[in-house]
Amino acid sequence: MPLLNSFDILETIKMISDEHLDIRTITMGISLSDCAADSVAKCAQKIYDKITRRAENLVSVGTRIEQEYGIPVINKRISVTPIAIVAAACEDGNYAPIAQALDRAAQTVGINFIGGYSALVHKGMTVSDRRLLDSIPEALASTERVCSSVNVATTRAGINMDAVARLGQIMRDTAYLTRESDSFGCAKLVVFANSPEDNPFMAGAYHGVGEAECAINVGVSGPGVVRAAIERHGEMDLTELADVIKKTAFKITRMGQLVAYEASKRLGAEFGIVDLSLAPTPAVGDSVARILEAMGLETCGCHGTTACLAMLNDAVKKGGVMASSHVGGLSGAFIPVSEDMGMVEAAQKGVLTLDKLEAMTAVCSVGLDMIAVPGDTSAEILSAIIADEIAIGVINNKTTAVRLIPVWGKDVGDSISFGGLWGEAPIMPVHRESPAKFIGRGGRIPAPIHSQRN
Amino acid sequence: MRAVITVVGKDAVGIIADVSNVLKRRSANIVDITQSVLQDLFAMIMLADISKLEGDFIELADELSALGKSLGLDIRVMHEDIFNSMHRI
Repeated sequence: MPLLNSFDILETIKMISDEHLDIRTITMGISLSDCAADSVAKCAQKIYDKITRRAENLVSVGTRIEQEYGIPVINKRISVTPIAIVAAACEDGNYAPIAQALDRAAQTVGINFIGGYSALVHKGMTVSDRRLLDSIPEALASTERVCSSVNVATTRAGINMDAVARLGQIMRDTAYLTRESDSFGCAKLVVFANSPEDNPFMAGAYHGVGEAECAINVGVSGPGVVRAAIERHGEMDLTELADVIKKTAFKITRMGQLVAYEASKRLGAEFGIVDLSLAPTPAVGDSVARILEAMGLETCGCHGTTACLAMLNDAVKKGGVMASSHVGGLSGAFIPVSEDMGMVEAAQKGVLTLDKLEAMTAVCSVGLDMIAVPGDTSAEILSAIIADEIAIGVINNKTTAVRLIPVWGKDVGDSISFGGLWGEAPIMPVHRESPAKFIGRGGRIPAPIHSQRN
Repeated sequence: MRAVITVVGKDAVGIIADVSNVLKRRSANIVDITQSVLQDLFAMIMLADISKLEGDFIELADELSALGKSLGLDIRVMHEDIFNSMHRI
């Protein structure tokens, strides 16, 4: 075989060294369905033992792949079966010790986050689901690495508004318990509609009940690469622009496919999926907002943003699906405000608002993500923001999610800084008029007409 | 297994010799080589068969990276599959 094209080789190296191309996460999904026990203490011990045994080599294999292929692997993580299912047989009621066992297991194997302190309550809640929800604030406040998610709706089942109402209060309680760290606990809690069972990204990752015993899911990234490709090509119409994005997404995803294949082989796990998401980081240039601006917007959030994002998201998927044998997870453009320098600047200028972000989530993956709101936002208003976002997912047959941080003791004009990949964000205003009567009604919003597909 | 070795930086006398020396000592066989000098910028790409490599892949990568630093060059060693998967269908 002849030497590879030197232009291609140098292009790859430039993507890695200058444009922040990386594998964002290798996430090992581990089934905990064999960890049921009649007490929380026994269940927690079984969970700790299984995770530390199964994921023993996760970090070393991830590091080895990073060194051999010369491609940075930023995070190695673990997702587990929703704990509300695993712990259902426990006779005692507080699950926080299980969260602490997950935290210790994550520390032992050397990873920074573990997801799956979760419940699936889109149609109703079991006794165990209620126990888990009740324990979320304490679990998030008493652990460092544990992430929690709750699926409150699906297109097939409709929206469980009792759960939505409950989660507004859970967010507030979590914010209060972690008030010393700008309510950081809320950054580890995601409320979903149509949550994917194979998502590798935190904080919403869990290992679904239809998944294998152990699976490797890989999240790629590369907003900086897409932006650089657009800038390099200069003047072109939107058809050509979509093509540039597709080709770039293809290359990025091929790398994810290779890493997912190698990691699953070396770890003796199933190849799960490659998640095609464009995940920004606070690093300069590694921003989805900057891609939208490179497409021709003055500032992310101005009129035209939703159309640009729709095209970007679609082109990323079209390029990515051919590059991988199994695409899954969230797969699309992420718009977490605090983690994206371009979004932060647009929000500081007042161009990017909560209402515009909500519109953007109708055409891209995920949802209202890493948005700081005033600490005195009522539980009902938080629930109503969740309900709006979840309705977009249910009606459009897609995943949406909410990760809000009602920052205790802070208001519009203040800002927060979590550091590292979590970034910083200004507190964004919310509408103050009360939706309390709507939220207080409870019950379920019925499944939409297009759920009737049989 | 084959590795792609890339060397990018300011041109100087003996870069290829220095890199080749390391490869010879570690029993890595050079299969193909291409280089160009654009103004002062030197770019070399080598394809090396490392199936009979003495020592670990990571040791080779670290040694070449250190050599690069001492010469003011960026030297990377990467498994060829990363390029095959990205640029070939």
